[in-house]
Formats: sequence, structure tokens, C-alpha cells
Amino acid sequence: MSTDTVVRFEAVSKAFGPKRVLAGASFEVRRGEMVAILGASGSGKSVTLKHVPGLIRPDGGTVETLGHRVSEMEERALYPIRMRVAYLFQGGALFDSMTVFDNVAFPLREHRHPDDAELEGQVERLLELVGLPGTGSLYPAELSGGMRKRVALARALALEPEIVLYDEPTTGLDPVTGRTIAALMRDLHERLGVTSLVVTHDIPLVRAVATRVLFLSGGLFVFSGTVEDAETTAPEEVRAFFVETGGGHA
Amino acid sequence: MLRLTVEHALERLGATVRLAGRAGIEAVRPPWEFREFVVQFERIGVGSLNLTNITALFTGMVLALQTAYTLSAFGAKLYIGEVVAMSLVRELGPVLTALMVGGRVGAGITAEIGTMTVTEQVDALRSMAADPVRKLVVPRLVATVVALPLLTILADGMGILGGLVIAVVEEGASASFYLSHAFNLMRFGDLASGLGKTIFFAYLIATIGCLNGLSARGGADGVGRATTNTVYASAIGVLVSDFFLTKLFLSL
Repeated sequence: MSTDTVVRFEAVSKAFGPKRVLAGASFEVRRGEMVAILGASGSGKSVTLKHVPGLIRPDGGTVETLGHRVSEMEERALYPIRMRVAYLFQGGALFDSMTVFDNVAFPLREHRHPDDAELEGQVERLLELVGLPGTGSLYPAELSGGMRKRVALARALALEPEIVLYDEPTTGLDPVTGRTIAALMRDLHERLGVTSLVVTHDIPLVRAVATRVLFLSGGLFVFSGTVEDAETTAPEEVRAFFVETGGGHA
Repeated sequence: MLRLTVEHALERLGATVRLAGRAGIEAVRPPWEFREFVVQFERIGVGSLNLTNITALFTGMVLALQTAYTLSAFGAKLYIGEVVAMSLVRELGPVLTALMVGGRVGAGITAEIGTMTVTEQVDALRSMAADPVRKLVVPRLVATVVALPLLTILADGMGILGGLVIAVVEEGASASFYLSHAFNLMRFGDLASGLGKTIFFAYLIATIGCLNGLSARGGADGVGRATTNTVYASAIGVLVSDFFLTKLFLSL
């Protein structure tokens, strides 16, 4: 693995009961890339993403993240790596029983132990970053889907991760909120050099932010290239994803 | 088919023992989640008071009625106090309280943690380098282990009180007569064996509740099935282990 490679899958296989999801999948992501993972529904994109911080263990093959073989590590040994890799879950996965403030404060309290004033300042700054200042006292149930995702993003960014894993970051959002998230993703990528893996079906988002496209089909990554290649020279099943999609997040 | 069922049962038993062991180790390792413990104790302990007390009160009353009826055949009705109190303190108080708490609390724990599991909140915890056993299992386990013996002591009292009402109102005994008989035979060991059982029952109920929650799959349907399994498994677990614990305590 070159020093520039931050995520590497080598012949990774994974099955859930009789359903084989990954069948020897391999790919690499280099530092600073913004890689979009495309593929049909149920093709194993989210499962791929969950392998990166070791939330799922592969049945075969190896997964390396930030230079560590996460596929072979004990749960507790993964903690230092997970603090450097943020995960934005599809539905936000905010803790229902906690307020927005406590949700965003959670990773900070857990690992940084700041005093109250410091914590308040950090949480408010994170909420401002995602365009939701002053919402700290609300509960997740009081938020719209888009707001939940933005709070989840604020929580994911709290520990200033080197890698951000986005699972369907714009699905189910209105175009304006989708564009806000896309702008934020691009900002993190360009300004802070955060490496990103984005699982999505949102082609305008891919066009707006991705530096590379990976296409998952039949448990394998059958295509890797730029957005332009994906639209022009890629196999038919990849190009079909880019046909007749209007609008944009630019 | 039978082999698969036995294999599955053994697998679940193994998982329960593993989780119980891990949670036990984590429970004694600082830092402790005091705030979460208080929240869970309030929910599990205080929230179960009405259910366990009403159950015990009426069980004590029924026990007194049945005992009076049976003992009158031998002319031994004056022993109502002994029979009611000993049955409650040694057996019925701990077991009925555990069954009630197992249904209410065990199911509640599974539903809550199960919902967190299927909505990826448990994965979110793990992704932020936090341990779900420390964050979710330990506070519920400790709260249940502390609450169940206390609930049982209160239930024992309520049951003896229920017996008192029947002894006085139905059988015409005086309250002091009933109470002196109720505590006549009782030794500290009787109370201790009953409460000793409840610590084991509490550990069992909380572990089963948490394990089923953490292993829930699918959506609402999966959480529903996991919750039903908890009620079933904790009831069977309490009743079966009660037999072995009773044998153990009687041999001590």
C-alpha cells in the first residue's frame, strides 16, 4: 500500500446467509480523493462502506484503512482508527433520546473531554457549519429529514476526521438542502483535504463533487475512472446511470 | 429440524453468557455512566413499582384464601401467617416480581435497543469509537440488578400485607396474631435466599433483553419479534433457573 493510499480493499468477500454481497472486491482510495461509489440498489455499496472503519468484518480478503489491517483487528483496537474516520449514516442515526446538542457533543465528550464553555462553543460552531445554529435544544423527532442529516454531518465532523464516509447523503432531501450538503462536502474536500467515499444514486451530486467513480456490480468493482469516463467510455451498465439526469448541485 | 433448533438454542445461550461476562467486566471498570444509570434505575425500578406491588398484594390475598381453605381441613388455620410469609419471601415474591419485571423491563430494553440497532444508532455509536456494551448494556444491567431485589423486598411486604387483610377480614384473626405468626418461622436465610435469586434473575433478564435488542434485524417487524423472544426467554429462564437455584440454596 503506497503511503498515499488511505483505503484499500483486496479480494474482499462478504455474504449474509445465502446472499453473497461482495465477491472478491478490490479497490484503492488515495488521500484527498472524493470517490463516488455507484451501483444498483442492494449491490453492496453500504456494506462496502461499513467495512472501512471495521463496522463489518469481511468473510475473506483484507481491508486496510489508514495503514491498518482493520479486517483483522479486535473491536477495541479499531477505536483510534474510527476516531479518524467519520461515518454519515443514511438516516442520520441520531440518538433519539438525546437533544441535537448532546448528539453533536457526544464524540467530543467521549474523546476530547472539553469543559462546558469550550464544548458549547465547539457544538455551536459545528451546527453553524451545517446551517443549523441555535437548534441545540431540539430533539431528533422534532427535525425534518434534511435537518437530521445535517446534524448527523455536524456530529460526524466533530473529531475533524481524515476520511468521511457518506451513505446516501442527499437521498430524500429537497434540492436546496441537497445543494447545501453538496457544497459542504466539496468545501471539506477542497479546503481541508478530507478524503471522502460517497455512496449515492444522486448523479448531479456525483457530477458536482466526485473526483473518481467506482461502480459495483455482481459483488465486484467493475469500473473505476473519472466522471467523464463513466459517462462516455465506461461499460453500458455504468453509462446508463448517467443518462437523462438533469439539474445539478454545482 | 430438531438439530437446528438445538444448535440455535445453544448458540443463543453462548451469546448470552458471552454478553453477560463482558458486561460484568465492563460494569466494574471506570469511568461509570452514573447519569445513564439513574435514568435507567428510574425507568426500570420506580416504573415497575405499581406492577410488582399490585401483583404481590393480590397474590398474598389469594394465597391467604387458599391456605385458609386447605388448612381448615386439618384444623390448622392459625398457620396462615407462616405459610403466606414463607411462600412469599422464599419463592413467590422473587419469582413473580422477576416474571413481571422480565415482561415489562426486558421487553422495554429490547424494544429500545432493537430500534437503535435497526436505525443504525448502535453502528453510529461504534463508528464514533464508543462501546455499545458500556453505553447501553451496562447501565441497564446494573439498574436491573439493583432494582429487582429492592422491588422484591417491597413485593414481599405487600404480599404479607395482602395476607393480613384476608386473615383479618375473612378469617377473623387479629393483625398482631397474623403478623407474629408470619415472622415466627422466618430467618434471615429465608430472605437472603429469595433476594439471592433475584440478583441472578435480574442479570438474566437484562442480558437477554440487551442481547435480543443488539441482534434485532430488519425493521419494526424484527424489533417486534426480538421483543416477543425476550418475554418468552426471560420467563422460561427465570422459571428454569429458579428450580436449580432453589435446589442450590436448600443444600447450603
